[in-house]
Amino acid sequence: MTNANVVTANLDARATKSRQRQRIANRVLVYAVLVFFAILFLAPVYTMFLTALKTMPEIQQGNLFALPQNPSFQAFGHVWSEACISVRCTGLRGNVLNSFLMVIPAVLISVSLGALNGYVLTKWRFKYDNLIFGIILFGSFIPFQIVLIPMAFTLGKLHLAGSISGLVLVHVVYGLAFTTLFFRNYFVTVPDDIIKAAKVDGAGFWMTFYRILLPISWPIIMVAVIWQFTGIWNDFLFGVAFTGGENQPLTVALNNLVNTTTGTKAYNQDMAAAMIAAIPTLVVYVFAGKFFVRGLMAGSVKG
Amino acid sequence: MSIAKRLRGSLPLFVMAPSLTLIGVGVYGFIATTFVLSLTSSRMFPKFDFVGFDQYVRLFSNDRWHIAVHNMVIFGGLYMVLGTLLGLLLAIFIDQRIRAEGFFRTVYLYPMALSFVVTGVIWQWMLNPSLGIEKLLHDWGFVEAKFRWLVDPEWAIYTVVIAGVWQVTGFVMAIFLAGLRGVDTEILKAARVDGASPWKTYTRIIIPALRPAFMTVLVVEGNLAIKSYDLVIALTKGGPGISTELPSTFMYSTTFNRNDLALGASSAVIMLMTVAAIVIPYLYMELKDDKR
Repeated sequence: MTNANVVTANLDARATKSRQRQRIANRVLVYAVLVFFAILFLAPVYTMFLTALKTMPEIQQGNLFALPQNPSFQAFGHVWSEACISVRCTGLRGNVLNSFLMVIPAVLISVSLGALNGYVLTKWRFKYDNLIFGIILFGSFIPFQIVLIPMAFTLGKLHLAGSISGLVLVHVVYGLAFTTLFFRNYFVTVPDDIIKAAKVDGAGFWMTFYRILLPISWPIIMVAVIWQFTGIWNDFLFGVAFTGGENQPLTVALNNLVNTTTGTKAYNQDMAAAMIAAIPTLVVYVFAGKFFVRGLMAGSVKG
Repeated sequence: MSIAKRLRGSLPLFVMAPSLTLIGVGVYGFIATTFVLSLTSSRMFPKFDFVGFDQYVRLFSNDRWHIAVHNMVIFGGLYMVLGTLLGLLLAIFIDQRIRAEGFFRTVYLYPMALSFVVTGVIWQWMLNPSLGIEKLLHDWGFVEAKFRWLVDPEWAIYTVVIAGVWQVTGFVMAIFLAGLRGVDTEILKAARVDGASPWKTYTRIIIPALRPAFMTVLVVEGNLAIKSYDLVIALTKGGPGISTELPSTFMYSTTFNRNDLALGASSAVIMLMTVAAIVIPYLYMELKDDKR
């Protein structure tokens, strides 16, 4: 080996080393930023849980992140069955039931109709189908304030004012745009040849739907169900505008509970109530979120 | 054509008829009704005496509405800018072939699963002037620290921004991440061969390639911002005073609490037109190049 070669080899080694050091520094930076934001994102829910487990004197002495000395679920028990919401002191359990009675039929109906709409719009195309899709789609963007007044009077005329059935109807109407969008974008990717082959084999409208499209639709059904479940469970505007008293869904009751406490505010109870409202959608998200993100990504960004 | 055949031919339209009826009435019919109401002098109940655009004149000379619009500009602007920047940053960092990608994605995205009411209640507690973040800073040794935005009329609107950005960032990240994964790897390889620095690769190639994702993000954020109602109600109730009033809270309280139906309707029409100005061009573009 000549001298010159040794020198270049040395230089190379040094360059590789500094490049390596640079790479490690970059990695550290990347993870530091990611971990920092992870803490920032987790902190609010972490402190919600801690606070719900504390007693009021403990809350007054400690701070947001101080661990509870004697963790207790008393606050949960209280808001579940005893806390007063406006004048009724029966806790949130009735409202939890209301929310389920509202969300289950509303999700089933809006997802079923959305699936059929998507099927017709992609596989039984007709004149102006794209325009009709656009007209449906626009419904997913309207600020709901624009329909509140007529809807309030319409529900009254249908004798559904203040009822859970009324809320189901409202959520079906304004969920259709989303469910139609999901299924339409999914079915568009199913090759038309499969449908044509089925038609040639004598399968009709319903047969083709049940035997050919439904069996391959599970990913998008998951997306539509999760989207509708979280959207309807979390709704506040329709709940507060169209129901009162006993029929209020959980989000409305939570807001009333937190904002109508008289005397000293029981922060532990507020946080316990917020957790009860958050748990169903968080559970859905943790167990099924993977499918949702996958489907969401496929549907929302082309290319 | 036989009757049976013709019936079968129109079956698809029959199938869509219930949905189209519900949307026709519930979306377009109700929009028309609200617009008509905004041209009347209805108070507690609809009454159809046309007064032209008087309600809009009243609306735009209403101080409360001015505050609401002003707040909308601050909240909407910061919400969109911060949400987009943070979401993009997180997406780029997550896209660096890191370990535990699934964990970080889950953590950033979970706030989107929460109700705005829950988010508002949690942040009301975090921002509590005596027991919240201020107390935390005191306990950590910053005894002089003051953090009372929630009860300060000048600053309260920024608490809505904090909570809103916290909730939306993960969603923005997910959209950008999908966009990043879709960038043509051949172009990236070519850039590396040409010796382009990572900074240049991002600013010159990758971010411009994310244009469709930016469009989606901005439309979704703008739409969420204008609709925002629950978050403000749960976090500040529009207060202190009316310092965090937004068009959505203005519309609701004007219509249902102050029994000024026509004025409420006119504010809803303005809200709809703002959303339409953002959304219709977007939908048009999306559907135009969607003819597969």
